[in-house]
Amino acid sequence: MFKDIIIGKYVPGDSPLHRLNPTVKLIFTILYVAALFMADSPISYMIFSLYTLTLILVSGVPIKVILKGIRPMLWIFIFTAVLNVFMTPGEELWSVAVFSFSLKITKEGVTAGAVMTIRLLYLIIGTSLLTLTTSPLQLTDGIEKLLSPLNKIKVPSHEIAMMMTIAIRFIPTLAEETDKLMKAQTARGADFETGNIIKRAKAMLPLLIPLLISAFRRADELAEAMEARCYTGGKKRTRMKESRFTGLDGAACVIFFLACALLAAAEYWI
Amino acid sequence: MIKTENLCYTYQAGTPFERCALRDVNLEIPDGSLTAIIGHTGSGKSTLIQHFNALIKPTSGRILIDGTDINADAANVKLARRTVGLVFQYPEHQLFEETVYRDIAFGPRNMGLFEEETDRRVRDAAALVGLDEKYFNRSPFELSGGQKRRAAIAGVLAMKPKALILDEPTAGLDPKGRDDILSIIKRLHEQYSDMIIIFVSHSMEDVAKTAENVIVMNDGRVEAEGSAERIFSQGENLRKIGLDVPQITMLTDALRKAGFTLPDNIYTVSGAADAIARFLGGGGGV
Repeated sequence: MFKDIIIGKYVPGDSPLHRLNPTVKLIFTILYVAALFMADSPISYMIFSLYTLTLILVSGVPIKVILKGIRPMLWIFIFTAVLNVFMTPGEELWSVAVFSFSLKITKEGVTAGAVMTIRLLYLIIGTSLLTLTTSPLQLTDGIEKLLSPLNKIKVPSHEIAMMMTIAIRFIPTLAEETDKLMKAQTARGADFETGNIIKRAKAMLPLLIPLLISAFRRADELAEAMEARCYTGGKKRTRMKESRFTGLDGAACVIFFLACALLAAAEYWI
Repeated sequence: MIKTENLCYTYQAGTPFERCALRDVNLEIPDGSLTAIIGHTGSGKSTLIQHFNALIKPTSGRILIDGTDINADAANVKLARRTVGLVFQYPEHQLFEETVYRDIAFGPRNMGLFEEETDRRVRDAAALVGLDEKYFNRSPFELSGGQKRRAAIAGVLAMKPKALILDEPTAGLDPKGRDDILSIIKRLHEQYSDMIIIFVSHSMEDVAKTAENVIVMNDGRVEAEGSAERIFSQGENLRKIGLDVPQITMLTDALRKAGFTLPDNIYTVSGAADAIARFLGGGGGV
């Protein structure tokens, strides 16, 4: 189950999405998420669906990979939807009395539930597409460029970017490690599959402690290996591949802002 | 007895990443035997041993322990996990309890044993691996590398398995730690006459020193199996699949080429000493 998590995984390829300037991609992703949470008309969500689907097709990442990555998040979707459906006040559609407490489904609740679920779904797909099509190295480059104006007020943009990249890079590694530990503790009679939530949460303890220790060990080793190669962060590091703003990025900008304009039109005039 | 019938296992079946890890493995490992599994990285050793206690379900084929198919139903799976103790690579990485005692007791407690029985088993297991009881109240993280590994092995032994399987038990240890672990394996073999012991190793020296039987894995298949003597007398076959014979066998091979009349099935230092002494006309012995 842990191996299916796609956040932080990179699928190599040569699609236009892969070749896009990482800084541009990052800005677009941030704007995409912002727009996602501002939009609330049905037509806007249709535009989002169309836009996201086009991105997936252009990226060349198999849809199966993306679907598999969403599966572990399923319970979050369900939880959000249920909470919204029952907890939003408004016009009552159906209600049931549980003891002295009455559960109501409202028209507003159903809408809010659907909207929140769609937002979360696209949030995960959109951000996953960024990491799926951008190698960690390019991603650091992008983050660093984006943060570089803050250098003036002594924000260590290079170090921050490096830390983020390393964190992202180690998500799959930790997932694999969890798998391994789960097997080892299962062999010692631990049971992760049956019992109620409290029992299962307690059963996680034999996983969490070794996992934490190994994370620290890895961090130590990595830091030492970097120091052994004379790594010092910060000033005036050059890159083997400088990312440039190309014609492709220009075209992407035009398409992106057209989509934004369409969205704005849908929000205000329809 | 552990027996496998036409065991096959494919990783990520039905995806483009499909990879066959085991092909048609047929083995019979009798009670009371001490077996080593050798093979280079990716030959299917680890996959094979994880089948023995039902951590991995075979794609096709069966695993029988004393004639019972361990994957037939959930109860059998549970039983297999208890009868077959599996010690993973770097087992010290799985320690987590506050004290060494509680860590060793983790397995028996999961089995639902009474406290007295758990206590007896913890003490027995610690004695078997040569871990002094004065460490019982310490945190497992205060122990040295070799001691940690012994504590982890004791954690599996405390479940009193009928079969003990160790995945590269000597990996990453210094020569002394290595000898300690190997002598624990030998001691277990002598003390429990019907326990099945299987260990995976990369070191031909370790295998020659310890194992009675050897299974050679290559590309998911059993390339050869037999007594250590027989396997190491076929040095050419081992080299072909990227393995080697123990250094002492290399030495006696070289001596034979140089004109010494020595048998071709020497794989221990003492055996070599005897044979060379005999050839030189002495009485033998080191």
